[in-house]
Amino acid sequence: MSEILPKEVFYCGVCTFPPEYCEFGLSFKRCKQWLQENNEALFDSIYSDEALANATSTLSVEKQAKISKELEKKQAKEEAKLERELQMKLASKVIIKRIERNKRKHVIEISGLEVFNIDMKKLAKTFASKFATGASVTKNAEKKDEIVVQGDVSDEAKAYIEKLLEEKGLNEVQVVQEDDKKGKKKAALAAAAAALSATGGVPPPAQKTR
Amino acid sequence: MFKKFTKEDVHSRSNIKSSVQRGLKTKFVSQFEKLEPVIDDIIPKKSQAILIKCEDRIQLYSIDEEVVLFQHFDDLIPTLKVVHKYPDCFPRVQVDRGAIKFVLSGANIMCPGLTSAGAKLPEENLPVDTYVTVYAEGKENALAIGKLLMSTDDIKSINKNIGVELVHYLGDGLWNLTE
Ligand SMILES: [Zn+2]
Repeated sequence: MSEILPKEVFYCGVCTFPPEYCEFGLSFKRCKQWLQENNEALFDSIYSDEALANATSTLSVEKQAKISKELEKKQAKEEAKLERELQMKLASKVIIKRIERNKRKHVIEISGLEVFNIDMKKLAKTFASKFATGASVTKNAEKKDEIVVQGDVSDEAKAYIEKLLEEKGLNEVQVVQEDDKKGKKKAALAAAAAALSATGGVPPPAQKTR
Repeated sequence: MFKKFTKEDVHSRSNIKSSVQRGLKTKFVSQFEKLEPVIDDIIPKKSQAILIKCEDRIQLYSIDEEVVLFQHFDDLIPTLKVVHKYPDCFPRVQVDRGAIKFVLSGANIMCPGLTSAGAKLPEENLPVDTYVTVYAEGKENALAIGKLLMSTDDIKSINKNIGVELVHYLGDGLWNLTE
């Protein structure tokens, strides 16, 4: 029996479908552009005037028009949604908070990752093995997932997250480092209480610790 | 079956024994006889298949980080990526252009979508419960895999109700699953 070789199917880099089905996806415009840049021969075989003229369909012209109109509407909606999402991503920031557990121990809390479609569980695992420490995903007070990493690895985490964002073409997103010193806060509170009892008067305005 | 499937539905992964792997290949070929000459290309002799157990007793088998087939109850079914590579190894049906968008949203296929002018059914009868690859008018590659709920002769003669139960399609959770 002669050998059967696997057929090579070229897939769309935008929607992952075989490009002949891109027209039914939600990213048709971007798919088409991508194909033109990445596989011109296939692009011509699908979208050249000749190909389009030859693509006979048994559907009536009206039905055909209705299908394309519905698809166009859906695709325009999707484009608008993507644009909104992108704006939201660009406007948000990632916060890495360094918290002092005691004199020598710190943990860092990373929040604000949820809008970037980053797999947090996986990232926590990566951090755990990269920094040889413990890392987990927990829900914060706002019920949003955040990553908690044991150890003072704020700078390293920042560098890694910036690299991740860059890969997604989101280099404009800010990654902000914050310091939350329990000791300092406590001392400030104690001082305020002392001042209050000493004067018996109005407490001084609360001091910001960061 | 994979409409709402996500990574969260994966319960466990494990290497399968080589004896189990041989059994899997034999069973897969017994279901799709035309796979015989290519089965060693799909699941090479020296490869290690990984069993991925999922919600709803769905079991996926992957080779080199790509899922090649899955099991539901007692049936073994290829993934679309495998169908695209070996299109001639599986029975096929074709829907008309009007049905494409419904198939791509995961809907079962009604008989008229399989019997209209743009559609195609094989001449010889395929019995009920056969797994078929689904093609479309004017397109080259398969867009879905389904299970016949009626024999193809019945689809032709009765021509109403659901003819094919959709199992796996372009853009569903299995298609989008990345290892
Ligand atoms: Zn595409």
